[in-house]
Amino acid sequence: MTVRSLYDSPRLASLVSSVLFLLVWQLLASYLDSTTLPAPLAVARVIWLETVSGQLPYHLGVTLLRLAFSFSIAMLLGCAIGIAMGRNEKLNHFFDNWLVIFLNIPALVTIILCYVWFGLVEYAAILAVVVNKLPNVIVTIREGTRTLDRDLLEMAKSYHFSKRKTFLHVIWPQLYPFVMGATRTGLALIWKIILVVELLGRSDGVGYQLHLFFQLFDVAGILAYSIAFVCVIQIIEFSILKPLDKKALRWRR
Amino acid sequence: MSAIQINIANKTFLGDGRVQNQTIANLQLSLAEHEFICLVGPSGCGKSTLLNIIAGLDDDFEGEVTLSQRHRKPSIGYVFQNPRLLPWRTVRENILLALPDGYPSAPIDVMLETLQLTDVKDDYPERLSLGMSRRVAIIRAFAVNPDILLMDEPFVSLDPPTARQVRQWLISLWQQRPHTVLFVTHDLREAIALADRLIFLSKSPMTAVSEIKVPIPRSERDDEKAIEAFRQSLLENHPEIRSLL
Repeated sequence: MTVRSLYDSPRLASLVSSVLFLLVWQLLASYLDSTTLPAPLAVARVIWLETVSGQLPYHLGVTLLRLAFSFSIAMLLGCAIGIAMGRNEKLNHFFDNWLVIFLNIPALVTIILCYVWFGLVEYAAILAVVVNKLPNVIVTIREGTRTLDRDLLEMAKSYHFSKRKTFLHVIWPQLYPFVMGATRTGLALIWKIILVVELLGRSDGVGYQLHLFFQLFDVAGILAYSIAFVCVIQIIEFSILKPLDKKALRWRR
Repeated sequence: MSAIQINIANKTFLGDGRVQNQTIANLQLSLAEHEFICLVGPSGCGKSTLLNIIAGLDDDFEGEVTLSQRHRKPSIGYVFQNPRLLPWRTVRENILLALPDGYPSAPIDVMLETLQLTDVKDDYPERLSLGMSRRVAIIRAFAVNPDILLMDEPFVSLDPPTARQVRQWLISLWQQRPHTVLFVTHDLREAIALADRLIFLSKSPMTAVSEIKVPIPRSERDDEKAIEAFRQSLLENHPEIRSLL
């Protein structure tokens, strides 16, 4: 196998780089020979045992459910507010400061405040995640709304397009790349925040498990849960987001 | 009864440095039902602004535009200066979307066939040439069976044979189902070949300089000599329009 064929086939290249990553990890683990860096096989064994015992699927499921809820709420609200602020200059002027404040509050602060104000309950956890993600969605969608093509909106108006028709066929396709951008950064951001939320105030979920493993100094467990979660996020990317992109952007040359 | 009554006292745009640029001043036009009008004037004089006002896209002006009361809400077909097709919808979808709900779609395929667009009807606009996109935009405007048809230099960038063909097609459609047409052009020959009446417009602020009926019978409009002769006589008898061409 030459370097050239590696360069030409992206699939082969990503396979080789993954193997290389595992190899480096394995070598480092053998060299250090420490419980703080278990070998890949040891981590794989933990993933297997936790899966068979039902612990991993349960906690992963709980975290994914929280992810789904908070993500949907943040996206829906964010799109609505973002479109409103992008279309209405006065509204945008008025609420711009709020947005700046919320964008700059550290995630940890909102989480702590939500738990202090509402107690260690489920909706406080969801709210904390939504409040963290919402400003990002609003900003992205607002920028998207500002770039809407005025020529096409005029065309829609002159042909008496209904509100629904205008949104579905004129506005949404233009906002789509921005919504997908917000979705991708959103997934990455939200699942990290959810873990902190779970660590601080929930008694189930991946974050809670990580907390337990931390107290036991069980690095294999920590790595096992992290890798499992990263895999799930990748599966979402490849099985849902990529095909959606392909379908929605097929009109591009 | 006139189909469109236009009375624009003043239309200004806020230009650079907060200067009010007057675009239209004291423009009074009256269009008869089913009349074919060509607006002729130098480019950039505000013809597109006038069409936008008539189409209801721009209501920031002093004066009033009254559309015929016969139709409570007259349907308008607007061919913009650039095609303005939705890039994420196919050619056929672009035309269908302009139709009101429940409107028959069968005539569209005939029109696509007439303008040689059948092969590309399921393609996306980015794959079309500019000339093809223009023809799609023209079909879209016809497909709604407009009471008022606004056309903003629709034949620019069509090659001459295609332009002639689309012109003839436009006239035959207009004769089959009469509607009021406002056609913007800066090509005097094209205007003479199409119009019942020519309206010459001056540059900023835009106002009507003269209105001239075209007496050539419809059957002789294909005759290039007749059109050229009329053009020459126009230029001789109306010195005021020479600077506008």
